[in-house]
Amino acid sequence: MALRTIGSRRDTLKAGAIGAVALALAPRLAHADAAAVEAEIKKLYGDKKGAEGKVKLDVPQIAENGLVVPINIEIESPMTDKDFVKSVHVWADGNPSPGVLSYTFTPEAGKASASARMRLATTQNIICIAEMSDGKLFTAKSQVKVTIGGCGG
Amino acid sequence: MISRREFLQASAAASAIVTASGLGSLGRLAAQQKLSEADLLKFDPLGTVTLLHVTDIHAQLVPVYFREPSINLGVGEVKGLPPHLTDAEFRAHFKIAAGTAEAHALTSEDFVSLAKNYGRMGGMDRIARVISAIRAERGADKVLLLDGGDTWQGSWTSLQTKGQDMIDVMSALKVDAMVGHWEFTYGAERVQEAVKAMPIAFLGQNVRDNEWQEPVFEGRKVFERGGAKIAVVGQAFPRQPISNPRWMVPKWEFGLREEELQKQVEDARAEGADIVVLLSHNGYDVDRKLVSRVKGIDIALTAHTHDAMPGVVKVGETIIVASGSHGKFVSRLDLDVKDKKLAGFRYKLIPIFSDAITPDPDMKAMVEKIRAPFAKDLDRVIGQTDSFLYRRGNFNGTFDDLICQAMLKERDAEIALSPGFRWGASLLPGDKITFDALANATAMTYPNCYRTEMTGKQIKDMLEDVADNIFHPDPYFQGGGDMVRVGGVGYTIDVSKEIGSRISGLTDLKRNAPLDADRKYVVAGWASVGENVQGPPIWEVVEKYVAGVKNVKLEANDAVKVLGA
Repeated sequence: MALRTIGSRRDTLKAGAIGAVALALAPRLAHADAAAVEAEIKKLYGDKKGAEGKVKLDVPQIAENGLVVPINIEIESPMTDKDFVKSVHVWADGNPSPGVLSYTFTPEAGKASASARMRLATTQNIICIAEMSDGKLFTAKSQVKVTIGGCGG
Repeated sequence: MISRREFLQASAAASAIVTASGLGSLGRLAAQQKLSEADLLKFDPLGTVTLLHVTDIHAQLVPVYFREPSINLGVGEVKGLPPHLTDAEFRAHFKIAAGTAEAHALTSEDFVSLAKNYGRMGGMDRIARVISAIRAERGADKVLLLDGGDTWQGSWTSLQTKGQDMIDVMSALKVDAMVGHWEFTYGAERVQEAVKAMPIAFLGQNVRDNEWQEPVFEGRKVFERGGAKIAVVGQAFPRQPISNPRWMVPKWEFGLREEELQKQVEDARAEGADIVVLLSHNGYDVDRKLVSRVKGIDIALTAHTHDAMPGVVKVGETIIVASGSHGKFVSRLDLDVKDKKLAGFRYKLIPIFSDAITPDPDMKAMVEKIRAPFAKDLDRVIGQTDSFLYRRGNFNGTFDDLICQAMLKERDAEIALSPGFRWGASLLPGDKITFDALANATAMTYPNCYRTEMTGKQIKDMLEDVADNIFHPDPYFQGGGDMVRVGGVGYTIDVSKEIGSRISGLTDLKRNAPLDADRKYVVAGWASVGENVQGPPIWEVVEKYVAGVKNVKLEANDAVKVLGA
């Protein structure tokens, strides 16, 4: 059976216009992985391990739009001269380049919180590490699902 | 299949069974050929408040046949629990005898032969009659009428009027509040214009402007009925921008928003609400999980997944009501409110058998007036079906088999994809296929039948992704539809596995060979959520195909093998 050549018909789908397969058709990029994120963390903090707690990482379980996924971070801290959050870093372990954001704080900030939007290529983990003024690390991790969607009830 | 005579005997025998189902015992009445309006409406009233719930009507103005699924699998914790029971298992759970009116309304068993006995279900004029009878019995000041959404879409007249036909009908019924899902597929502007103009409260605590996070709709509304204050919190379909085109509501964000919902419930209580009702379009499994986590909801009126359950399910202190779809049922829930608390309730899922219920004359006239300008299209006969055409089922349905065949032929494709929608009425063997009937299975605002190329691997990845939206063990990851229907390809699915390993044995049916991961296949499909999709509307494709074959006769479809259920 001779198939019509795609693109020769006026009503042929425009490239990338079909949401149901657009993601599936995306070129296979070189993705980071958990090991790459761990290497970045090691570069910053050596073998020091982060504890759970203090970091509230707020990301959707499922992205409504992988191109702009909201992320909110809040770190519990009195933010005094003696006890404050020094910095916070966020990585996405399935993006071509895993770094999402890095913020530094001073006690003058009053509150250690940040909001941003990130682009996620695929379903992956978001990893957040906060470094406190005493050098202690706190971490949080959350998976965000990126789905092709369609086919609703 | 059972003959009519056997059916009568079966029903007579079944009448000895004391049914605990919320439908009441209709079997005996049906066997005696006396299924009457009075019996359908019979209810021992309780307390001072009546909630009426209709949902997922999908713009069905006139009575239809609608076959419930024969396969509706649950995974993880909900495996084998309602609503994931079908046919004999469903009947055993709810103590319903085979062949009875309620068995016909609620299962797929012997659908065609029983349909000939019991007739069509639904119709807005019959629903109007039931609602006004209950209002007359209880007093209108005691009755709250709530619509769970998916009301404005699913027919030719709703598509042509952008939902105005249903808005007028539901306004005439004096619906108090509603929530949305397919409503949003008319676009943000149309929804806002309609909401502004109609007397029905359009609630949605979980819809936000994505720039400022401001609420787009009212989150809740308090109603006084029968001396009680009832707060209704609205929950729109949380996955709207994923399951349906995001570009139609580009500035809105959805999601479950549990914390905000909890706050809505607490604020409602603080403002003096005696009863808190969640009017939800989350889907059954999502709501079951949600009410176990959000505290203080007395009643969850669920929707979206089209489950009809003749009894309520209690999760903690919350009652869950599931009222079916396509106008087949009206739920009545009487509440006894004492000391600002729910002291008792009584429930009945009222089946709307259109032959037993007298049409309300005003609504009948309204429906006729709505349909009249479109009569030429609605009445156009495009062919006949020798096969039973239905849609529901997790993996395929004959109506989608027909749609896939039409796409393969008319779009000269090797593989066809039809979305796993749960809406769409059924046609019995021998029925004429009118354009009206075709539109009932296809009418929506992004109908373009595209033609593209996909590799075997892309097809597998797509099937894995869709399967994960149905069979993820965590309900919060479920979208509420069925599997995408595939023409030209067979596969095996293990619903107990994880994403990436559920789908195997993909077969190119025409060549009777494994699907080649690297080869490109020509694929036709419809209802893409992408923008600017090119191609004729799907109803044109199917009409052309049916006009060509004249009599639709489908082979049994065993292309999907299911494991792990």
